[in-house]
Amino acid sequence: MSIRTPLGRARGMGSAKTGTGHWWAQRVTALALIPLVIWFVISMIIVTGADHEAALAFIGSPINAVLLTLLIIAVFHHGQLGLQVVIEDYIQTKWLEVALILAVKGAAIFLGVASVYAVIAIALGG
Amino acid sequence: MATNNRPLSPHLQVYRPQLTSVLSILHRATGIGLAAGTLLLVWWLIAAATGPTAFDLVQSFIGSLLGRLLLLAWSFALFYHLCNGIRHLVWDTGRGFELKTAYASGWLVVISAAVLTVICWVAGYISLGGV
Repeated sequence: MSIRTPLGRARGMGSAKTGTGHWWAQRVTALALIPLVIWFVISMIIVTGADHEAALAFIGSPINAVLLTLLIIAVFHHGQLGLQVVIEDYIQTKWLEVALILAVKGAAIFLGVASVYAVIAIALGG
Repeated sequence: MATNNRPLSPHLQVYRPQLTSVLSILHRATGIGLAAGTLLLVWWLIAAATGPTAFDLVQSFIGSLLGRLLLLAWSFALFYHLCNGIRHLVWDTGRGFELKTAYASGWLVVISAAVLTVICWVAGYISLGGV
């Protein structure tokens, strides 16, 4: 028994286009985020309530700047992949689906670049 | 359309919630919440790069009652999504799908996330030097 619709068979496009790459990227970023998130939570507990100078010292130290940059890249990549699936699942109107996915990806790139810029500015500005 | 014999997924309104299905949708909900939570991290980093005045503003927001409540929700969401994400990665290797195992790992995720949240906040307040 085939579970494909006649229309789907006629179009012959398969189901997910580039789904495998998306699936893998979601898992790889998840794996990277396990140690990064554990490091981040412990760091945030240590710097909680820090004044501006202490925060700059934390963000600007070479190892923290590198790990923060990696965390930001992995978080926004993982996040936009996840939100894309949520939008694809629940939004039935095609133009709205595409518009929302583009907005999410654009926001992830903008916020990610802005965050990395802030980290680099602090690390190199000291 | 010859679609009569296709398998149907159960309809949400007539389907009794179970631990497995509730945890599944909670993974998605916490993921959406954490995506929104990145805004606080972005604000914190940009404020730190901007200067002391901007940084004091974000610190006083985080320290406020609303800020602490949001941070509490986000920390639980983070630990839940982390633990349940590891559960998903184990599933991806083809293991742990037996009903008993899926329930046991589900409860383990809920308890771990709760315990980690409590440890995190106790450690946070100790680090702050009291409330």
